[in-house]
Amino acid sequence: MLKAIGLRSVDDLFAPIPAEYRLNRDLKIPRQMAESEIVEYFRQRSRENGDGYTSFLGAGAYFHYRPVIIDALISRGEFLTAYTPYQAEISQGTLQSIFEFQTMICELTGMEVANASMYDGSTAAAEAVMMAVRLTGRRSVVVARNLHPEYREVLATYATHQGMPLSIANFGDDGRLNLKEVEKSITPDTACVLVQSPNFFGGIEDVDAIAEVAHKHGAMLVVSIAEAVSLGIVEPPRQADVIAMEAQSFGVPLGFGGPYCGVIATREKNVRQMPGRLVGQTVDKQGKRGFVLTLATREQHIRREKATSNICTNQALVALMVNIFMTVYGKVGLKELAKQNLAKTAYAASQFGKHGKVLFSGSPRFNEFVVQTSEDPYAINGRLLGHKIVGGLPLKKFYPELGNAALWCCTELTTRSAIDTAVGFIAESERSVRSAKEEVEEVAR
Amino acid sequence: MKHMTRKATRHVNQNEGLIFEKSSAGKAAWKLPPLDVPDIDTSALLGSSERKDLGNMPEVSEIEIIRHFTRLSTWNYAIDLGMYPLGSCTMKYNPRVNEAVARVEGIANGHPYQPEKISQGALRILKTLSEQLIEITGMDAITLQPAAGAHGEMTGLLMVRAWHQSQGNARKKILIPDSAHGTNPATAAMVNYAVENLKSDSRGMVDIASLEAQMNEDVAALMLTNPNTLGVFEQQIHKIADILHAKGGLLYMDGANMNALVGKVRPGDFGVDVMHLNLHKTFSTPHGGGGPGSGPVAIKKNLDPFLPTPVVMTKPDGTLGFDYNRPQSVGRVRAFYGNFGMFVRALAYIQANGPDGLRQTTEDAVLNANYIRKGLGAVFDLPYDTPSMHEVVFSDKVQAKKGVRTMDIAKRLIDYGFHPYTTAFPLIVPGALMIEPTESESKEEMDLFIEAMKSIGEEVEEDPQTVLGAPHSTRVSRLDETAAARKPILRWKPS
Repeated sequence: MLKAIGLRSVDDLFAPIPAEYRLNRDLKIPRQMAESEIVEYFRQRSRENGDGYTSFLGAGAYFHYRPVIIDALISRGEFLTAYTPYQAEISQGTLQSIFEFQTMICELTGMEVANASMYDGSTAAAEAVMMAVRLTGRRSVVVARNLHPEYREVLATYATHQGMPLSIANFGDDGRLNLKEVEKSITPDTACVLVQSPNFFGGIEDVDAIAEVAHKHGAMLVVSIAEAVSLGIVEPPRQADVIAMEAQSFGVPLGFGGPYCGVIATREKNVRQMPGRLVGQTVDKQGKRGFVLTLATREQHIRREKATSNICTNQALVALMVNIFMTVYGKVGLKELAKQNLAKTAYAASQFGKHGKVLFSGSPRFNEFVVQTSEDPYAINGRLLGHKIVGGLPLKKFYPELGNAALWCCTELTTRSAIDTAVGFIAESERSVRSAKEEVEEVAR
Repeated sequence: MKHMTRKATRHVNQNEGLIFEKSSAGKAAWKLPPLDVPDIDTSALLGSSERKDLGNMPEVSEIEIIRHFTRLSTWNYAIDLGMYPLGSCTMKYNPRVNEAVARVEGIANGHPYQPEKISQGALRILKTLSEQLIEITGMDAITLQPAAGAHGEMTGLLMVRAWHQSQGNARKKILIPDSAHGTNPATAAMVNYAVENLKSDSRGMVDIASLEAQMNEDVAALMLTNPNTLGVFEQQIHKIADILHAKGGLLYMDGANMNALVGKVRPGDFGVDVMHLNLHKTFSTPHGGGGPGSGPVAIKKNLDPFLPTPVVMTKPDGTLGFDYNRPQSVGRVRAFYGNFGMFVRALAYIQANGPDGLRQTTEDAVLNANYIRKGLGAVFDLPYDTPSMHEVVFSDKVQAKKGVRTMDIAKRLIDYGFHPYTTAFPLIVPGALMIEPTESESKEEMDLFIEAMKSIGEEVEEDPQTVLGAPHSTRVSRLDETAAARKPILRWKPS
């Protein structure tokens, strides 16, 4: 090949690079490894990474069963190793599957249009807010304090340089957004209220009431959904103007936090301010049905600095996992799946409530609940870990006012025996705190 | 078809409707275990929040789902089927060992909030990949958090802004060459910078005189792709960096074309202050029909305080953990730690290559691009004859005389069994054909490609209508994009 090009050596190809910058040594990285060594390396890392533990963690990342056909299908090279479907004639497989994905997201969320995906739930929420800012021509945002704390952080990062003031509305005694706080924070410049339902504590928000307040003041309502399985049994936020969703629960591995699958869904009239790719139906020269990427004039490769977002690469293959998951469970299965989550959680909350204090129990919840204990949850979790159980997420870091509280999650994969074991540790902890207290009191007497 | 193509033959594939059109009540592909806790009264628990109906969600059997998606898959072109020469996209082979290791139990099912004590494996992967990418780029520190290239650009510019702010003036503008990818100006706008275009010189490189004239204390940074979108290495890179630095500006490098540099030259050594990588390009993680990507941002030491939180640290006891206490951080750009599954794949790729392999990868990528340049030079116009690195950009100037444009040639290439090259980009080349073969292609595959392109060149001369009507062999012909945009149908509805 060098001869065909008319060069003597490979080095000649790199002549355009000034000599003083060329690297004249090996990169300091380990030598080339055999496939067997690579597999062993990652098996080793896996063993150091919670392999074999039962977990009660949720908080934006949920452990649901993944039907095996998901990986069987997404591993097909025609899906795995294809690029963004710009060349529609040889991308109909990807395009039709995205069209079906958009349709099912609409069915589940009650919205009229959905995009092909965003990076994740947190960035989808931030982009949905920016969308509301463009649509209303207003700039400020009211954010629910029981929105996932990391979603709030991401929004704060995105908002900093957009001149978008954020105000935080606190939750009330039932853990749900306090409507009075919303009323107080909302101004004529409020573009939208951003709320999560089920919220970070697992509680289901009264979306209709929040929508009423927002709309009364000419603001939009943006609803973030972090636990997609809830849509099987919880009424979707139909009064929302924009929904920003994390679809990880639908067949996407936990994967230590990513890749996941964000989605934005909205009303048809808002579509031209929507970020991200969209697939539309059309016909070819013979009138045959086909699908194309459409409304590209919103996007960066056409509009450059005037685009609705800079997003280019999205989460297509993950959206395909979600699509297959939704197809497997479908109309009946999703409901039954969600119902099992609800049942496990109802049982767990009742059991935990016998020993610790389950907070916010006055309002409906999906598959998460907050347990307050006398002892620091980190200490209880430390003992649970010795029994290969990962306890609920301690909330002190995010909500110091809740004291010794932790966020517990049950899914269809949580067994009764795991729940009973964890409850046993809470009971034991409460007993020992009580007896220690009694001892102190006795000494004092 | 004038010349029978040796690459592809038409064959029957299956028709398939939308999944909703196959749905009927009672079909199912799922089964839940019996409930081991007491059953519940849903309406008592949820009240008015209870959902009664899931609308038009499908009901289908497992074999129908398998066939549905398998049939759809056969309508796609993919790297696994052949050369995919999309310029600036680096469509290289996606090794299957990457997929295998990403699915090892403890890696696939690790929860982002599990205690650090049982996250040492994941933390080790984060740390090891970070160190190796720092060595590869010649930079000082890195964040793996951004989910894609454009997200990396945003993160990089946030750090640029934070650094300038710490110097007392955030500045107003970002300079962007006219050859840049559309994400660059879109990103600058998201970080509230004004965009100022910088023109290219006659050789396709940054026009040094213009840069000198436009550089001043209002400019925060230059966003430069190197090699640029013409596949040309900016030979005056040191001068560019000097001009920026002299006026207190920073050099941002879009690493989209890093596949031309790995193991041969390091951006950190030629004056770059901040850059992003695309793990889904250079480091072989699959494109998956448009994502997921991953866009780590590597920086020089002065930008370190501004990295997104958290960053991985070694604790006094030698174990790894996350450091959240970074008061000058630009904040988070994504929940959790980034597209971790892509880090696993990229690390496996680096391991499978080692220092020799990575260098050879780059050499082969550049060799392949130059082989194609040589092979097609007689048929297509080369607007810039500056030496090519990993990709070559032709124009349709010759073919346009017959009314055939780059998109027509691209569509005709489909009939020959190839995915098109990148069309109509970069914007500085009217009618561009941007070809990036990557290192993955053998001489045999590239010879077929060159033969196909030459054959199309002859067709343009002798029978342009065949090219203008292409593709002729696909299950759908050219689709009506105008109608799709005018009256958008973005979802299926029952008729």
